[in-house]
Amino acid sequence: MVGTGGNGLARPSCTMLNNLSDTSSAFPVKLSLVSASLFLGLFFFLPLILVFGVSLASRGLYGGITWIATWENYQRVFDPLVGVIFFRSLFLAGLTTFICAVVGFPLAYCLARASRHWQLILLTLVMIPFWTNFLVRTYAWVLILRADGILNSLLIRLGLLDEPLSLLFTDLSVFVGLVYGYLPFMVLPLVVAIERISPQLEDAAFDLYASMGGMFRHVLLPLSIPGFLAGGVLVFIPSLGAFITPYLLGGGQNMMLGTFIQQEFLVARDWPFGSALSFGLMGTVLLLWFLLGRTSVEKDPS
Amino acid sequence: MKRMPTSFIVMSLLVMLFLYLPVVILIGLSFNASTMGVAWKGFTFQWYEKLAMDQAILEATVNSVVIALVSTGLALILGVGTAIGLETRQETQRSWVNMILVLPLVIPEILLGVALLMVFVLCQVHLGFGTIIIGHMVFNLPLTIVIVRARLRKLDPAWEDAARDLGATSWDVLTRITLPLLRPAIWGAGLLGFTVSLDDFVVTFFVAGPGSTTLPLKVFSMIRTGMTPEINALSAVMVVVSMLCVGLSWFLQQRSTPASAESSYL
Repeated sequence: MVGTGGNGLARPSCTMLNNLSDTSSAFPVKLSLVSASLFLGLFFFLPLILVFGVSLASRGLYGGITWIATWENYQRVFDPLVGVIFFRSLFLAGLTTFICAVVGFPLAYCLARASRHWQLILLTLVMIPFWTNFLVRTYAWVLILRADGILNSLLIRLGLLDEPLSLLFTDLSVFVGLVYGYLPFMVLPLVVAIERISPQLEDAAFDLYASMGGMFRHVLLPLSIPGFLAGGVLVFIPSLGAFITPYLLGGGQNMMLGTFIQQEFLVARDWPFGSALSFGLMGTVLLLWFLLGRTSVEKDPS
Repeated sequence: MKRMPTSFIVMSLLVMLFLYLPVVILIGLSFNASTMGVAWKGFTFQWYEKLAMDQAILEATVNSVVIALVSTGLALILGVGTAIGLETRQETQRSWVNMILVLPLVIPEILLGVALLMVFVLCQVHLGFGTIIIGHMVFNLPLTIVIVRARLRKLDPAWEDAARDLGATSWDVLTRITLPLLRPAIWGAGLLGFTVSLDDFVVTFFVAGPGSTTLPLKVFSMIRTGMTPEINALSAVMVVVSMLCVGLSWFLQQRSTPASAESSYL
């Protein structure tokens, strides 16, 4: 826009076209726009590009990086031992996403159709554990699931068990931890999606003699698909790359990609291979995000 | 429309129980006198007393608060201006900017951690407070921008137009109209960023150096080396503090955007 200086009289047509042109041309605004771009470029995009670069390099003799180009790190990604970890991560993330959708939908429906007053209270209740320290919340499951933990003691006291089950450090405990950690990510987009479905549509279905289940199948579920997609992406991505949950609840035998990457970087000190794994994870995530993630961010007609 | 199916209500209650039971158990156990295991051996405050005396934990808490304050403060200074600057772009550009902006919030944290670690090590940057603050700003900055933009979009442009028609300069409009109108969102973003930074483990874990132990790092090493009831007490304190921060931030955001759950889920 031209003429963003002092004269206020000549500008009504300008403000119609571009109503914030004035504030955005203020010097501090420009300065922060430039420095924020520089910052994210330097400490977000550059590091990610570096991951790709290092993934094509070779491992040095003592764990450093030797800049000899090779595909070897990517070939190792297809090693059966690595494949097991990769597929466990995909499977656990997929199962977590599915169960979050099944379990989260009824809650999301109640939230979306509650009165304003209750909606605010319930939303806050869903949000609170979500922003509570993830490490601490996962640790709570260690207390519940371990051999002398709450669950085993309870079951033994009730006479249902003679000796404790080994629940901790299994795929099951990792799965429970993931669902627990990421359920709110599914519920909130679903609430937004269901709120946009007019209750009159539900009434119309009932007027046409739909049963509760019929209405659910033919009206509610199909119209909630944007919410499922957005929530699915928001649950699947962090589950796939989870570190704390598989580390604390999965132990050494039940590694996922996150724990495996950490081990390659900090224990095995094989940065090129760790980078190849990271880039594989990043590629999967970015693909999903650009294919499906749009629905979660840009559908904002309000 | 008041026929909420009973099965849905029962399901919702069970889910709420699932979300809250572990936290309640954790807080309950922090008052347990037993030194080993989970069997109830009577009520005690002794773990909290031990906690208050623990010099290392105190130090880690101070580190965490300092890092959270600095990274959130810097993110606010850069983020608010950026959000205002971005609001004028065309609609199509806007959606791309959004997609790119939320990427640091979307990609798994471990990727951010290892990527930053490599950059810092290859550039021979000393790992410590500086690198942790940079790491936290990588997610705090987009968080601030997203929240402030959500509020900006709901502002009536007539406020700024009116100020301009009355001869206000761009500086006047910014400081006397736009920023005051954004105040609730700025507070909300600040509190949320502060909480996220205070709680962050994964990125911190990778970019921290000796002498810059934060509270989550301390908790992690305590969990790893052995389960003492002191961790339960520490965890309980952290849970309560997070709840207070989030409650406040949520309240502020609700006041600014009464009709939307949308701005809050990112």
